[in-house]
Amino acid sequence: MPNENLIDAQICCTHYNIEYSFIDSLQQYGLLQISTIKEERFIPSNELQKLEKLIRLHYDMDINLEGIEAISYLLDKVENMQSEMIQMRNRLRLYEEE
Amino acid sequence: MDFIDYYKVLGVDKNAKPEDIKKAYRKAARKLHPDLNPNDKEAHKKFQQVNEANEVLSDVEKRKKYDKYGKDWQHGEAYDKARQEQSRAYAGGGGQSFSGGNEEDDFSDFFSSMFGGGGKSSSRGQSKFRGQDYNAELHLALSDILKSHQQTLTVNGKNVRITIPAGVENGQKIKLKDYGSPGVNGGPNGDLYLTFVIKDNHHFKRLGNDLYMNKDIELYDAVLGGDVTIDTLTGKLKVKIKPETQNGSKIKLKGKGVPVYKKEEEFGDLIITWNIKIPVNLTEKEIELFTQLKDLRP
Repeated sequence: MPNENLIDAQICCTHYNIEYSFIDSLQQYGLLQISTIKEERFIPSNELQKLEKLIRLHYDMDINLEGIEAISYLLDKVENMQSEMIQMRNRLRLYEEE
Repeated sequence: MDFIDYYKVLGVDKNAKPEDIKKAYRKAARKLHPDLNPNDKEAHKKFQQVNEANEVLSDVEKRKKYDKYGKDWQHGEAYDKARQEQSRAYAGGGGQSFSGGNEEDDFSDFFSSMFGGGGKSSSRGQSKFRGQDYNAELHLALSDILKSHQQTLTVNGKNVRITIPAGVENGQKIKLKDYGSPGVNGGPNGDLYLTFVIKDNHHFKRLGNDLYMNKDIELYDAVLGGDVTIDTLTGKLKVKIKPETQNGSKIKLKGKGVPVYKKEEEFGDLIITWNIKIPVNLTEKEIELFTQLKDLRP
């Protein structure tokens, strides 16, 4: 029975006009989660947004996979730092003059 | 509406070849694309300008028209006529510009006036699969987060009924699936990311689930002990002041803070800092009595 939350990787490639090898590489670099069911490969729908972003980075901005890997790591750090900054700002408000 | 120098935006010469424009655009995009600058509104704004410049300069017809009318784009019958004729031709068409991300891809008034509205497509000429995400802020008072409640918001003309969870933190984001921009060609809608902005109120400051407040008390209550009425977020409360309370000392009222997020039955604490008021404009009698007290102290 097909799972509504999984999208056939081949269909994604056709839709986004990308090579299958690109999806392969993303998985090898640990940048995209892929499910394999009976030797068919599927992309979870909640990974689509990430896939679109990776496609933009690679095809539109000409960034190679090593670069994308580094960027992903740094973006995670940025996100964590931004969230930490919000917490620090909230903490700082305690000591600020009204 | 000001003239926009698209060559300046991309940092290229007026005689730049298409490949130079493409190169300049990609270079700028690698710095400013929303995918690489999360939550950076300034970068998003600059990227829009770069995108728009590329939309015009990478399209032979648009570039020709832009070069022809340039700074005089608002004048001349020929221009107006051309604008009317060509606006239809360009609407929905596309140069080569980046898609996706969280950016608002509105084009400037200058662009819309000259080219009759923007059309975008990705550099690979494919249709978009998923709508764009939207970001919005919801401003709440501290008293609004004491209990989970529902609130109706209007987002892009659509009414969205959301549950505001008790104890939500300032700056916390929630995702409202499918409330972003509509998808293209049957694709799913984007999501709406709602950021809660919670202001401290006049009496309290919040840190996590705890609330902090300063309370003025009389010198005599601080020395001898007494009662004081405190305004908490949920009502008034009578609190005992211990004898010999020091200025700046704190007491903790357990469970009088804000609810713990996703654990509505648990609450943080209210921490009160005592601020002892020293009497002023003393009478002669008071000075005499204070002097007697002073002399009593070894």
